[in-house]
Amino acid sequence: MGMRRVAVIGAGMTRFVRRAKETPKELSFEATRMALDSCEMTRDDIDCVVHGTAPDAFDGVHMKAEYLCDGSGGVGKPYTRNYVGGGTGVFAPIQGWYHIASGMFDTCLVVCEEKMSSCQPHPQGAFLTIFDHTTERALGPNLLWIFALEMNRYMQTHGITLEEIAAVSVQNKGNALDHPCAQLGKKTTVKEVLESEVLAWPVHREMVSPTSDGAVALVLASEEVARRATPKPVWIDGVGWTLDTAYWCTRDLYYPRYVETAARMAYDMAGITEPDRQIDIAEPYDPFAYKMLHHMEGLMLCGKGQAPKLVADGVTARHGRLPCCPSGGLLGVGNPIAAAGLMKIAELFWQLRGEAGKRQVPGTPRKGVAQAWGDLMQVGTVVVMGA
Amino acid sequence: MAKRVRSMQDFDFRGTALSADEFSKGKVITTTGEPHAEYAWDCGPAISRYLEELRNGRLIARWCKRCNRTMLPPRMFCELCWCPTTEWRFVRDTGIVNTFSLCNITWDMKPLKTPQIPAVIEIDGASAGMGIMHLIGGCDPRKVRIGMKVKAVWKPAAEREGAITDILHFTPA
Repeated sequence: MGMRRVAVIGAGMTRFVRRAKETPKELSFEATRMALDSCEMTRDDIDCVVHGTAPDAFDGVHMKAEYLCDGSGGVGKPYTRNYVGGGTGVFAPIQGWYHIASGMFDTCLVVCEEKMSSCQPHPQGAFLTIFDHTTERALGPNLLWIFALEMNRYMQTHGITLEEIAAVSVQNKGNALDHPCAQLGKKTTVKEVLESEVLAWPVHREMVSPTSDGAVALVLASEEVARRATPKPVWIDGVGWTLDTAYWCTRDLYYPRYVETAARMAYDMAGITEPDRQIDIAEPYDPFAYKMLHHMEGLMLCGKGQAPKLVADGVTARHGRLPCCPSGGLLGVGNPIAAAGLMKIAELFWQLRGEAGKRQVPGTPRKGVAQAWGDLMQVGTVVVMGA
Repeated sequence: MAKRVRSMQDFDFRGTALSADEFSKGKVITTTGEPHAEYAWDCGPAISRYLEELRNGRLIARWCKRCNRTMLPPRMFCELCWCPTTEWRFVRDTGIVNTFSLCNITWDMKPLKTPQIPAVIEIDGASAGMGIMHLIGGCDPRKVRIGMKVKAVWKPAAEREGAITDILHFTPA
C-alpha cells in the first residue's frame, strides 16, 4: 500500500491512582518525559504529537486537548487530539502510526491522559449523556446498565457461569501485583469476587475496573529513525478500527462484531491468518471481567463462547500458552480511560522487548495484539505489534 | 555511538496518590466549579411521530424497502443500506426480553431500596432482534428471564405527554 513501517521506540507512564495530586497536564508531562528519556530523545527530536483523551466532562475543561497540549509536548508542533470513547487509548497510536506511515513525519509522540477524579460526586455522571436524549435518557439509565445487559446476554447465549467470569478478576488483579504502577493489584479468589456487592446483576463490584487518574506516552518512529535510536524497536504490524451503529438495542450484544471487523483489518495488514496460533500475547480490553472474554472472542483468539475455558485451563495466565492481560489489565492496573488503553500498547512494547520484569511472559513472544472498546458498545480499536 | 537502552525497571514512576481523607477533609488545595448547560432538542420527523404515537398509546416503526427491515425507534433513513425509509408501520406493544439487569445502585453509587430492572425488549412486529431499552415492572425481580414475553403498561391516556415514559414499564404478558 506504499506505507512506511512504524515502530514504537520508547514508552512511559505514571502510576495509576484513584486521585492524583498532579494536574492532568502534569501527569501528561511525567509520562511523556519518561517515554522520551527511555529512548534518549528530547522534545526537539519530535515531529508531531497526538493526544488521546476521553470525555471533556471528566476534567470539566471544554476542548481539553488544547489545555493538555503543554503537558504532552505539543506546543508549536503539529498536534491533534483523538477521541473514540473507551477505544481512544488504542486509537491514539493508530493516529500516530498514520502520521508516520504516510511519510509525513518521522517521529510522533503519542500521549493519553485521563483524570477522572475531578468529576463530582462520581465520574459516572460524565456518562449519563451518552444515551439517546429522547428515547433513552428519560428512563434514567446509568452506565452500569449497558454492561449488565450485555454481560447477561453473553452469559445466557453461551451458558457461561458467574464463576467463570469471576476467574478473570482473579487472574488480572493477581497479574497487577507485579505492575509497579498498579492501583488494584491483589490476590483474590472466585469466592471473594462473588461475595462482593452486586451492583447491577450480574455485575459484581469486584468485576468492575476502578476509576483512575494517570497518563501513558509512547514515542513512535519511522524505520530509519527507529533503527538508529534503538536495537529493539517494536513494530506496529497492523492497525484496525470500526464503529458500529448507535442503535445498540438492535444488535445482538452477545458478540462484539465491530471488534472482529477491526481485528480482521489489523490481522490482514499484519499477515496474521490464524490469530489463535500466531498471537503470542494479548491485551484485550477488560474494564469489566466479562469484557476480557467477550473481546478475546471478538479478536478471534478462540471460538465464540470458548474464552471462559481458556481462562479456566490456565491458557491465558502469564505462563500459559496465550497470556491475556499479563499487565494486570484495567481490572488490576486501573482504568484512566484513554491512558488505560495505551497502557496495553506499552505493555506489549515492554513484553516484546523482554523488559517487563516480574510480569515478563516466558519464552520469546514475537507477536502481540492489544484492543480497546467503547462508546455505546460500538467501537473496536486493534493494534498488532511484532518484535 | 549506540544509545543505551533504558528499560521500564530503570525508572521511578511518578504520580502521587491522594488519600480519600486528604481530598475530602481539605488537606490538599482544590477548587470547585459547576458548569450549567441547558438544551432543547429537536426531535426530527421520525422521533416526533414516535412520540406522538406514544401519546396515542401505540408504537410505530419505519420500514426500509431495500433491507425489508421494520425499525424501532423509527428513523428517516436506514443506517445499513443508507437509503431513505419509505413507510410507517404500527408494531405491537408486546415483545420478549432480550436481556435484562437488576440494578441495585444509582449512577453515583448510592444503594436503591428496590432494584430497577432495565431490559432490552424485542418488539413484536418489528424485524427480528429489533429492540428498545425500557424497564420491567409489576413482577418479582427474581422471576424475570431472558426470552420472557412482556407487554407494555401504559400511563392513563390523560397523563401521557408524548414521551418514552408514556409506557410506565413492561410487565410479564
